[in-house]
Amino acid sequence: MLSRTADNLYWLSRYAERADFVARILDAALRLSALPASYGGGETNEWESALASAGNIDLFRPHYDSVNEHTVRDFLAFSPNNPSSIRSCLQTARENARSVRTALTGEMWEAINEAFLHLRSFEGRDMTREEFARFLDWVKGVSLAFDGSAYRTMLRNDAYWFTRLGIAIERADNTARILDVKYHVLLPETERVGGSLDYFQWTTILREVSALTAYHWVYRESIKPWLVADLLILNREMPRSLANCYEMLVRHLDLIADAYGRRGPSQRLARGMLARLDALSVEEIFADGLHEFIQEFIAENNRLGAAIIEQYLG
Amino acid sequence: MPLSAFDEMNGVQESGQSPAAVREAYAALKTWLDTTPPEQFDTRRSQAELFFRRIGITFAVYGDNESTERLIPFDIIPRVLTKPEWGFLERGLKQRVTALNLFLADIYGPQECIKAGIIPGDLVYRNPHYRLEMRDFEVPHGKYVHIAGIDIVRTGEDQFFVLEDNARTPSGVSYMLENREVMLRLFPELFSKHRVSPVEAYPDALLATLRSLAPMSAARDPTVVLLTPGRFNSAFYEHSFLADKLGVELVEASDLFTKDDVVYMRTTEGPRRVDVIYRRIDDDFLDPLVFRPDSVLGVPGLMSAYQSGSVTLANAVGTGIADDKAVYSYMPEIVRFFTGEEPVLHNVPTWRCREKDALNYVLANLGDLVVKEVNGSGGYGMLVGPHATKREIEEFGRKLRHAPDGFIAQPTLALSTCPTFVASGVAPRHVDLRPFVLSGAEEIRIVPGGLTRVALKEGSLVVNSSQGGGTKDTWVLDG
Amino acid sequence: MRIRVVHETVYQYDSPARGLIQMLRLTPRDHEGQHVRAWRIEPTVDGRLSRREDGFGNIVHVFSADGPEEALTIRVTGEIETAETHGVMRGTAEWLPDPFYLRESRFAVADEAIRTFADEAAGSADRLDQLHRLLAGVHQAVDYAPGPTGASTTAAEAFSLRKGVGQDLAHVFIAAARHLEIPVRYVSGYFWRPDMPEQEAGHAWVEARVPDLGWVGFDPAHGIAVTEAHLRVAVGLDYLDAAPVRGSRTGGGTETMTVRVRVDDARAQAQAQQAQGQQRQGQQIQTQG
Repeated sequence: MLSRTADNLYWLSRYAERADFVARILDAALRLSALPASYGGGETNEWESALASAGNIDLFRPHYDSVNEHTVRDFLAFSPNNPSSIRSCLQTARENARSVRTALTGEMWEAINEAFLHLRSFEGRDMTREEFARFLDWVKGVSLAFDGSAYRTMLRNDAYWFTRLGIAIERADNTARILDVKYHVLLPETERVGGSLDYFQWTTILREVSALTAYHWVYRESIKPWLVADLLILNREMPRSLANCYEMLVRHLDLIADAYGRRGPSQRLARGMLARLDALSVEEIFADGLHEFIQEFIAENNRLGAAIIEQYLG
Repeated sequence: MPLSAFDEMNGVQESGQSPAAVREAYAALKTWLDTTPPEQFDTRRSQAELFFRRIGITFAVYGDNESTERLIPFDIIPRVLTKPEWGFLERGLKQRVTALNLFLADIYGPQECIKAGIIPGDLVYRNPHYRLEMRDFEVPHGKYVHIAGIDIVRTGEDQFFVLEDNARTPSGVSYMLENREVMLRLFPELFSKHRVSPVEAYPDALLATLRSLAPMSAARDPTVVLLTPGRFNSAFYEHSFLADKLGVELVEASDLFTKDDVVYMRTTEGPRRVDVIYRRIDDDFLDPLVFRPDSVLGVPGLMSAYQSGSVTLANAVGTGIADDKAVYSYMPEIVRFFTGEEPVLHNVPTWRCREKDALNYVLANLGDLVVKEVNGSGGYGMLVGPHATKREIEEFGRKLRHAPDGFIAQPTLALSTCPTFVASGVAPRHVDLRPFVLSGAEEIRIVPGGLTRVALKEGSLVVNSSQGGGTKDTWVLDG
Repeated sequence: MRIRVVHETVYQYDSPARGLIQMLRLTPRDHEGQHVRAWRIEPTVDGRLSRREDGFGNIVHVFSADGPEEALTIRVTGEIETAETHGVMRGTAEWLPDPFYLRESRFAVADEAIRTFADEAAGSADRLDQLHRLLAGVHQAVDYAPGPTGASTTAAEAFSLRKGVGQDLAHVFIAAARHLEIPVRYVSGYFWRPDMPEQEAGHAWVEARVPDLGWVGFDPAHGIAVTEAHLRVAVGLDYLDAAPVRGSRTGGGTETMTVRVRVDDARAQAQAQQAQGQQRQGQQIQTQG
């Protein structure tokens, strides 16, 4: 298949996934900011951390005076100046889709094209929190519809595998970004404080990755920060965990390597990371420093992304 | 000046006489038109419209706004040609394209036709489409024009003329195929009353043609690609449609690169050698190192690879000279010189404004003539004398006097008409025909039929889609 | 005379460039007025250099390198023996019929102003006389001055600026001559000036077809017929056909190109100073894949 086609498919899925991620971050921030300040909500904190998780502060600053609900909502959801705003994500996804129209199934194209066209009806409107929440639900629905249409309608060949790689790389990056911004609330010393503030922060993290219910099913106990970290990093059953993402990456990179009869740096890097995650325990991660671990993971994940581009998409 | 045109359904109609008998080829169609309740036509027409939009949906949705992508109007009444008529056209087309290929091989080679005085040398040498890079270069299998679209007009029962030879990157074949598709789905009952020769084999014939042209050095299963300028090109829909039907990659320039005079495409499995490029990009844009340096649609080094013989371009570079309307005027002599036969298909009589006597005649008779730019296409830059205002004629005269070399003139032909649905019902409208001629290494293939274009405006003779023309399905009856 | 040439074209890329391809029209041929004693083309990076001829009969080297490279220098050195022929060219490679050189070309289209100028300048029936008048006319009308024009300036633009380099004056001359139906062509090469051995670029002039004489060279920049100080390299309809270097690459960001030309009288300066020595540039950058 043409490298350009694979490249379009890869970025199409990455951006569709990213739109969903940004919607989740905003959703969690919206929920927290609705709480009274004493519960750890309050205006600024949560919007600042949403901005840190999902956006680029350097792109934000030139366009807004302060960080607050209004500006962060605008920047993360609709700003054309932010390449990762929901609007930009859907637009970039659609542009990629358009370039490979014949490589997509009709369902995939319709999912992304209609989303883009419908997006306009939300733009430039002053939305209440309720309306904004409904908008975020719609975005999550778009990603579900797109991913579902790919899963249900695409042939299982390299075209499909490249869409999976895009999703997995993006998802791993997203989860790692949440951990990167929130790692301090998971550190052991905060446990001693043990106030409701932390409890809300922990549940917020779980909400951001749709794992609040999953947590209870897996651990069957009250929320403990190290278990939150364990779930998000090492638990292979959890669809947004780093381990799960790497399992997905290894599987699809292997399928590609087998089909093409050649392995390369991407396969080595992905397998190396999966082996590392397998060998680690959450205690070891905390002992060596959660922050350092996450930083290194993000760098490694970017390296794998670059390797995939170099090996297949360039 | 009202033109008494040949009516393909009703034959010649002498003024003041009762309607002539319906021509046999149209008999069943005429009955169908007469007996079908009008409401049913309305339904079918809107179904056709809807259907065409759906088939063409990949075309329409590319634009942000659906209305920015225009669908070319489609008329549901087919145009019918009999088997003998087609047999005649086929013979003429084969002869014409054979001559075009021999002509190109000659002007890029020994130039016998210039030495023999068949065509003036400076008409060739001064023509921007005469490509120096092609001189003394042996194209793979000796063929230049692999895909030709020859525009044919009809003026009577047995009178067919070639209006234009499109030897660069002729388009429109996707309409030929899709028009048939729509007709088959909407009017199966009509097909049961006629034995219509199929056109569906065109993609197979095209692929076989392209594969036959692969260089000798290519693998047994040559890699063919279709090179498009990209999705902003007006014919992009056709490019992606054809790539799909051929089962070949639709590539843009950035997908290709050259190394050591070999062309490769970038694939996820690494570079893959390309043997044949069906290019839908003009010569000027093919290679920024040789032609326009500002072209971003081309592949640097492509010409060098081509000249080394490692890759075939279809059509060959430099075929535009055969497209030139001044060269066209010499086609009868060219056909005789290279085939040793009398031309089967005639040219429309043509005045070359580069010749003084001709220019004077043309200037004196602008009101009756059609004047065209020698390098023009798409119906632009032409004057249709009988339909022009006095001012337009005067302005054109000035243009003509200023650069007479750039123009030819032809009599205003009474193009034949076919029954066509218009606002007021069924009425005759002028048509032309563009059959597609495929020249492979060994054989010439022509799918029976082609693209019939129809001027939807009453009395209009301009059939180009860019000027408000529509299309029809073209039926060649098989017995 | 004997002329020695050193011509360096230095490319520097912002980021490493790959897939470099360059078409080099940098190699002169012999004709009656010039004999190539020695000529070398040396790119500073590893690659393939293949030699062929184009439709005009110019020698073209195609240089290609895979890269990645951060810089590339094409260094040309050579020595040529020239003889004074008073502008008349004999023994040149003539592959094309004269009418070919009447063809309009991109950079040398005559606009209204050039047409008027040509008609006024040419008032003579004799072709050679016409050309001399045109030569004087262009030389007078357009100042030979670097600055406002670039590689893609057209004849009409240069003519309206009344300023240009050798290339621009040649284009104006060509546009005017073709308007007068005189077959004419662009010539790229080098020009020896005793007062200026170091130059910023090569030089350009024209050749026109004169009945009975053949092709005659005119240098509108200097307002003279070509001399033994003119070293002829490539010809074409205009600059684009005869351009010393046409290149392409993948990646590399913005490039900066510097040209250094040195033209010396080899006999007068037997010890002619070589242009600055070139170090091998273009460090390999390691990449994956």
